[in-house]
Amino acid sequence: MALLGPFLAGAVFALGLGVSGMTHPEKIIGFLDVAGAWDPSLAFVMVGAIAVYAPLSRRIVRRAAPLLGAAFSVPTRRDLDPKLILGAALFGIGWGLGGFCPGPAILALLSWSPGVLAFVVSMVAGMAAFELQTSAPMDIAPSRRLSVGGTDG
Amino acid sequence: MNENFGTITPLFGGALIGLAASLLLLWNGRIAGISGIVAGLLRPAAGEVAWRVAFLAGLFAGGVLLSVVDPRALDVRPPAPLGMTVLAGLLVGYGTRLGNGCTSGHGVCGVSRLSPRSLVATATFMLTGALTVYFVHSGLGGAR
Repeated sequence: MALLGPFLAGAVFALGLGVSGMTHPEKIIGFLDVAGAWDPSLAFVMVGAIAVYAPLSRRIVRRAAPLLGAAFSVPTRRDLDPKLILGAALFGIGWGLGGFCPGPAILALLSWSPGVLAFVVSMVAGMAAFELQTSAPMDIAPSRRLSVGGTDG
Repeated sequence: MNENFGTITPLFGGALIGLAASLLLLWNGRIAGISGIVAGLLRPAAGEVAWRVAFLAGLFAGGVLLSVVDPRALDVRPPAPLGMTVLAGLLVGYGTRLGNGCTSGHGVCGVSRLSPRSLVATATFMLTGALTVYFVHSGLGGAR
């Protein structure tokens, strides 16, 4: 039963990506192609998601605790550091090159397309490279309030 | 769904994503950031595996449902050549870890909280994404 929540969340997340057309990299590239035939779909997806999540999440974190677990694991850092900006910049370049961000790419594995598999395998390799690099002494220090794997997102 | 549905289906799909993220927050107290959820499995810690696996299993279950309801949603082919797709994957994987989030964690959840870090990260990846499309896809006559 404990895993019903995250399972349902994943399923609804997938339906949202599919319904909104975000599994199609052409639509992502169309959104980023501001100088060409701009496709605003992704902006509407974000507006729809934020319009639901912003008010609901604000109410939810007022609870003493989530349904399961002792505390909310919500990022509290507010500082802007070079890693944040460099990481986001690199992610954006990859996003524009391939037309995939992590969620749609993982969902699109069900297309059984070898190219999608190649993307996801290299994405996980990129993540693993970062983990290997940071498991060396210079670990990510300032995210103290977060549990392991804590992240902005 | 038909792309010609215009703004309604993206808004509705987005609302579903917001609902899913809310459920995960209510249930597990976690941010629905896909890159963070996946990366947490690469260095597994106690209590950090099962909910992540359940979320990803749910994602695939939702995908199976999609493939029945709307098979076109999963008729996906990467638009870029293989080498470029692999480079893209490496950049997305490394970049989302270095920058602590992706479109879902920063773009939806963080922007919803008006987190300065997420606002800056989202503006940054949209800018570099747009520049990349401008110079690579548009410039080369389009991979589309």
